[in-house]
Amino acid sequence: MNTSPLHTISVLVGNKPGVLVRIALVFARRGYNIDSLVVSPTVNPKFSRMTITAKGDLETLEQIIKNVNKLVDVIHCEEHPANTVEKELALLKTKASAAIKAFVTKNACKFHVRIDDTSDGCYIIEQTGTTNELDEFEALIRKYGILEMMRTGKILITRGKETT
Amino acid sequence: MKENKKTINGAEALIKCLENLGVEYIFGLSGGAAIPIFDALVGSKIKLILTRHEQGATHMADGYARVTGKPGVVLVTSGPGATNTVTGILTAQMDSVPMIVLTGQTLSTMLGKDAFQEADIFGITMPVVKHSYLVKNTNDIPRIIKEAWHICQTGRHGPVLIDLPKDITSAPFSGDSLDPEMDIPGYKKDTPLPHKADIIKMAKLFKGKKKPLLLVGHGAVLARAGAAIKKLAEKLGSPVTNTLLGKGEFPETHPLSLGMLGMHGTAYANKALINCDLILSIGSRWDDRINGNNNEFCTNAKKLHIDIDFCEINKIVKPDAWVVGNAKDVIEELLKLVEPLDTADWLKELEYYKKEFPLKYCTDKGLTAQHVIDTCYKTTQGKAIVTTDVGQHQMWAAQFYLSDKGNYWLSSGGAGTMGYGFPAAIGAQFAAPKELVVAIVGDGGFQMTLSELATAFIHKLPVKVIIIDNKYLGMVRQWQELFFDNRLSGVDLEGNPDFVKLAEAYGIKGFHIDKADKCESVMREAMNYQGPCVIHAEVIKEDNVFPMVPAGKSAFHMIVEKPTIKMEKPTGST
Repeated sequence: MNTSPLHTISVLVGNKPGVLVRIALVFARRGYNIDSLVVSPTVNPKFSRMTITAKGDLETLEQIIKNVNKLVDVIHCEEHPANTVEKELALLKTKASAAIKAFVTKNACKFHVRIDDTSDGCYIIEQTGTTNELDEFEALIRKYGILEMMRTGKILITRGKETT
Repeated sequence: MKENKKTINGAEALIKCLENLGVEYIFGLSGGAAIPIFDALVGSKIKLILTRHEQGATHMADGYARVTGKPGVVLVTSGPGATNTVTGILTAQMDSVPMIVLTGQTLSTMLGKDAFQEADIFGITMPVVKHSYLVKNTNDIPRIIKEAWHICQTGRHGPVLIDLPKDITSAPFSGDSLDPEMDIPGYKKDTPLPHKADIIKMAKLFKGKKKPLLLVGHGAVLARAGAAIKKLAEKLGSPVTNTLLGKGEFPETHPLSLGMLGMHGTAYANKALINCDLILSIGSRWDDRINGNNNEFCTNAKKLHIDIDFCEINKIVKPDAWVVGNAKDVIEELLKLVEPLDTADWLKELEYYKKEFPLKYCTDKGLTAQHVIDTCYKTTQGKAIVTTDVGQHQMWAAQFYLSDKGNYWLSSGGAGTMGYGFPAAIGAQFAAPKELVVAIVGDGGFQMTLSELATAFIHKLPVKVIIIDNKYLGMVRQWQELFFDNRLSGVDLEGNPDFVKLAEAYGIKGFHIDKADKCESVMREAMNYQGPCVIHAEVIKEDNVFPMVPAGKSAFHMIVEKPTIKMEKPTGST
């Protein structure tokens, strides 16, 4: 089992074809596995934001961040800027049952969960929170049986006036 | 319709842009998807050099770039034409050579549909380029050319690939300008200005040092830092060593020069490496050829690092001080801040090593490669532009052909590309038509790109090709002899052609040497021959390059001659 710490890396990139591959290659070449990756638009349509989480040793991570920064299409890349708000969204599919409904209602506040859809004898439960909160809720609801799970991967933004 | 406003297509705009940038030569090979670009070259000021293989074109552009300092330009077609450039692109990337590779591509509407001669060259080359483009709009061509030209030769140099679909180069160009604004907001790597504080910190570490060593790498050559390094070495009284690619930027004939260090470097350079109390790398990346074992590398020395690429800092060696910047700029500043050191004892110590462990070779047991190369050095008075292939002959050339000018030594260092030497010599001769250009190649590597004999012949390029023929892939044979109980596998080049006849078949003069006592006279005749020629030097088959530091070991473990005991298999990669 890989016990290396999980790193979060925030990258601002030019919105150019191939930029995702170039960044992925910097990781892949060094055998560094990407855990999650979110690409999303920014306020300026010329740029995109990538938030990447990955596990591995710090020395290699330093090389990766430098080499991502070196890419022509990358504006900047840094490891988890301090003082940020982090969020992730999960969609969980379970069988519909009174027990689950009660469990979700009970935890609505604590875990920011709600039932989004009840089609076909199934629930789709939505949760927003930190990665840890999502992990925690998943562990709790597992005993009721999870049919399917989707998670977006983490995004983050720096607090205050400073840009991410 | 206005008569005087002539419309041009994308390919014509492309060639016009390259002309405006001062491109003299394009090295390439045509093909279907690139026909519009070749069409636009008809009547252009740019001379097209038609090669016999795309790999040859890339090495020619590389040789041209290393000698002139200007980007070399390659033009090939799609599919296999494009994939044949990959080795040359890797070679340029590993050695930081500015190059532009233009590839034809299938119609943009056919991309991803397995069209005839379609290859995703944009994807294939991504790990080995500094940057690349897939052009999707004809009007983007001038901007992309301008950006590519800028990117390939600023910061750390490297190759840029531009993939040009045929419909894009054929369509009319309706852009406003052939010299538009660049749009590369992420490219903040224009030669960075070194931080003054970093230089001051570095300068302080020289104080009181008695055994300094300057290490000159390719970054110094690319920055043309030679004059500044000479002043620094002389002011400090510091000996200077160089990597394979740093050869000549500090003259190897200078009394302070120790020549090349590392796996097959001189014994005295490696002794200096072991014993120094300060080492300053000027544009070298502490490559595994010079630093086989990081745990034992210069353990008693302060390690200082100057590099234009921030990614090199801390990559291999953890330096005590570093400066990110152009080698010439940094050395000129550093020069003002350091004081002369008391190095008399240090230089005396190294003088002893020079006398005790000189580079040497035998002249009485048949013709050796070292003898041929040394004779070439003496005959040409060390003034030739020398290119090499990769292997034993390359190391012997580095040892015996001393170099006094950085851009007069061309060798594939990082990639170790066999087949590089001869086409690179052609590119070098185009770059410097009045200079004597000598390619020192092995019988193995030469056979990978020898079809460029036709290119040399047709352009009457007076390149001299010395083929060091030991009928083996000699470096691998040496390893098998020393580390693998002489179990030879995959190294016997039985079936080599008669290289003199081969040259003659291309209309090129051939010389032959197989005896030590004939070496000098034949070499003199060949070097004075007007026009291209091949010197086929049949040398003794089993000979080894020494000194040698086994891969994965530090310079402590250097051997200067064949050991009598069996050696362990090396732990280093190659």
